[in-house]
Amino acid sequence: MSILVFIESAEGAIKKSSLEAVSFAAAMANGSPVVAVAMGSIDSSALAQAGAAGASKVLHIADARLDQGIIQAYATAIAAAMAKEGAKTLVLAKSSLGDPVAARVAIKTNASLVSNVAELPNTNGGFKVKRSIYTGKAFAEVELTAETKILAIKKNAVTLKEDGAPASVEAFSVDFGANDFGMNITSTDKTTGEILLPEAEIVVSGGRGMKGPENWGMLEDLAKALGAATGCSKPVSDIGWRPHHEHVGQTGVKVSPNLYIAVGISGAIQHLAGVNSSKVIVVINKDADAPFFKAADYGIVGDAFEVVPKLTEAIKAAK
Amino acid sequence: MKILVCISHVPDTTSKISFTDNHTKFDSNGVQFIIGPYDDYALARAIEIKEATGGTVTVLNVGEADTEPTIRKALAIGADDAIRVNAFPSDSYFVAQQIASIAKEEKYDMILMGRESIDFNGGMVHGMVGEMLGIPSVSPVMKLEVEGGKAKMAREIEGGKEYLEVSLPLVAGCQEPIAEWKIPNMRGIMSARTKPLKVVEPASNDTRTKLSQYQMPAAKGAVKMVSADNVAELVSLLKNEAKVL
Ligand SMILES: Cc1cc2nc3c(=O)[nH]c(=O)nc-3n(C[C@H](O)[C@H](O)[C@H](O)COP(=O)(O)OP(=O)(O)OC[C@H]3O[C@@H](n4cnc5c(N)ncnc54)[C@H](O)[C@@H]3O)c2cc1C
Ligand SMILES: Nc1ncnc2c1ncn2[C@@H]1O[C@H](COP(=O)(O)O)[C@@H](O)[C@H]1O
Repeated sequence: MSILVFIESAEGAIKKSSLEAVSFAAAMANGSPVVAVAMGSIDSSALAQAGAAGASKVLHIADARLDQGIIQAYATAIAAAMAKEGAKTLVLAKSSLGDPVAARVAIKTNASLVSNVAELPNTNGGFKVKRSIYTGKAFAEVELTAETKILAIKKNAVTLKEDGAPASVEAFSVDFGANDFGMNITSTDKTTGEILLPEAEIVVSGGRGMKGPENWGMLEDLAKALGAATGCSKPVSDIGWRPHHEHVGQTGVKVSPNLYIAVGISGAIQHLAGVNSSKVIVVINKDADAPFFKAADYGIVGDAFEVVPKLTEAIKAAK
Repeated sequence: MKILVCISHVPDTTSKISFTDNHTKFDSNGVQFIIGPYDDYALARAIEIKEATGGTVTVLNVGEADTEPTIRKALAIGADDAIRVNAFPSDSYFVAQQIASIAKEEKYDMILMGRESIDFNGGMVHGMVGEMLGIPSVSPVMKLEVEGGKAKMAREIEGGKEYLEVSLPLVAGCQEPIAEWKIPNMRGIMSARTKPLKVVEPASNDTRTKLSQYQMPAAKGAVKMVSADNVAELVSLLKNEAKVL
C-alpha cells in the first residue's frame, strides 16, 4: 500500500524539509510505492526532483488558488489524494503550514496523528514512533492505534536520500467544498533568497550580547561564509533588533541543524529548549560561566566583536 | 463576542523534566505548573477584545482536579467563567473532542488556543477542533483584530508572515506578539475565587494514540574549549572531528 507525502515548495523548488519527509517515507516503505502530493503552480521538472528522495510519483494539484497556503483547502486536497492512492499513511515535514493542515486531515481520515517524530517507526508488534516532547527536553514512544497514520516529522529525523530516479508527475484535480476557501490571504510579507531558519543545516544565532541591531552585519557575514541562516534569542526579537520569525527557543522556532553557533547568548533553559536537538553546538561568549557552555560541544570564551570576524576569515580560508 | 480560550496546564518553562514508574509517568515532584505560555497569549488577547467590544471569555481546560489552581489563575487574569473537563488529557484527539463537544452546544464566536502546548508540543488541537466543527482554523496567529463579523490576522510563516481574513466563527492558535501576557492583580485574585468553575465529565473517551514509554535524551559529552586566539583550530575541529562543515 502506498505512502503519501505532502510536499511544500518555496521559490519554485521543493523544500528540503519536504524532501526529508519523502526520504523518511521511502525508508519506512519497505518496497511499497511512495507518492508525493504537491499544490499550486510549480514546474513539473521541479516536482520530478521528489524522485531523488525516493518518490515514484508526484500528484500535482495545479489549482492556482493553492499558490497560497489555504489550510482547509490543503486538508481537503490531501485527504482526496490519500483516498485516490488508497494510502493509509501520510508523512509530512513539521512546518507552519504542515501542522495545521495535518490536524484537519487527521479528523477527515480518522487517523492517528503524531507530531515531532524524531526517528523511523518501530513496527515490531504495533506501530510505534519516538517523538520529542517537553520542547526537546524528553522523548515519548507512542503507539498509533488507528488504521490510518499521519506522521509530522522533525528535521534530521532521517538522512536525506538523493540517488533516486526522477519521479513521474501526474495531474490531479480535487472537488473542493464551499467552505474550503473561506480563508482569504490578502498579502504576504516574506524574505526571499535567504535560507529559511527551520530548513537550515547551519544556524548562526545572536543574543543580547550583540549590543544592538547595527552589529548584526558581522553575524550575517559569518552566516554567508557558512551558508547558514540567522537566528536570535527572544529578547532580541522582543526589542525589535531582529524580526520575530528569527526568534529561537521554547516559545519561538525550534531548530535542529547540524551546526548551531550561538554568539552572545547566555543559554537560558528556554533558549536551549529550542536548540537542543542540534547535532553540534558552538558557543561564543565573553563570560566563561555562561550556562550555554554546559550544553555546547565547542566553546570559545571571548568578545564576539573580536572572535566573529576572525572566525569568518578562518572559514573563508578553510574553503 | 463570546470567546472560548482553551488552556493547558503545563510545567513551568524552567522545569527539569523527569519520569517515574519505569519511565511511564511524568514526575511532578517539585514542578511548578503554569498556563501554557502560548495559551496565556490567547487569553490576554481574548480579554483585550472583550474589554474593547464587550462579551464574555470562558476558559476551558481538560484535566484532573489538580489543574484548578491554573484555571483560577486564568479567572484572576480576567476570564469570566471556566469549564474543566474532568479527565486526563491523554492525547490531542481526546482533548479536541472534549472542546468540540462543548463548543457545539455553546456556539462561541471565537475559540482561541495557544499555537502549541509545551508538554506535547503537537500544535494539533486547534486544527482538529476546527475540522470537527467545520469552521476555519488558523495557526500560528501573531495578530488578531475583529471587525464586523470578520477576523483580520497575521499568520507566521517560515521567513515572514501572511495577512488574512476569515469570517467568524473560527479557531485560532495564538503566539506572540498577539498581546502582552497579563499578570493578575489583587482584585482579580479575590474575584477569581467566586467566579463559576463548572466541572463536566468527558463527552467521549476515544483516543488515537497510546503512550508506551518516556525516554530522556542521551547525555551530552563535555564541551571542548578553544582559545579565542586560535579560531582556525575551531574550524578544523568542526571540519575534521565534528564533520559539520
Ligand atoms: C515563558 C518564557 C519563555 C521564554 N522563551 C524564550 C525563547 O523561546 N527563546 C529565548 O531565547 N529566550 C526565551 N525566554 C527568555 C530567557 O529566559 C532569557 O531571558 C533569554 O534567552 C536571554 O537572552 P540572551 O541570552 O540573548 O540575553 P542575556 O541573558 O542578557 O545574555 C547575554 C549574553 O551575552 C554575553 N555577552 C555580552 N557581551 C558580549 C560580548 N561582547 N561578546 C560575547 N558575549 C557577550 C553575556 O555574557 C551573556 O551571557 C523565555 C522566558 C520565559 C519566562
Ligand atoms: N488539556 C488541555 N485542555 C485545554 N486546552 C488544551 C489542552 N491541551 C492543549 N490545549 C490547547 O490546544 C493548544 C494546542 O495544543 P497541542 O496540540 O497539544 O500542542 C494549546 O496551546 C491549548 O490552547
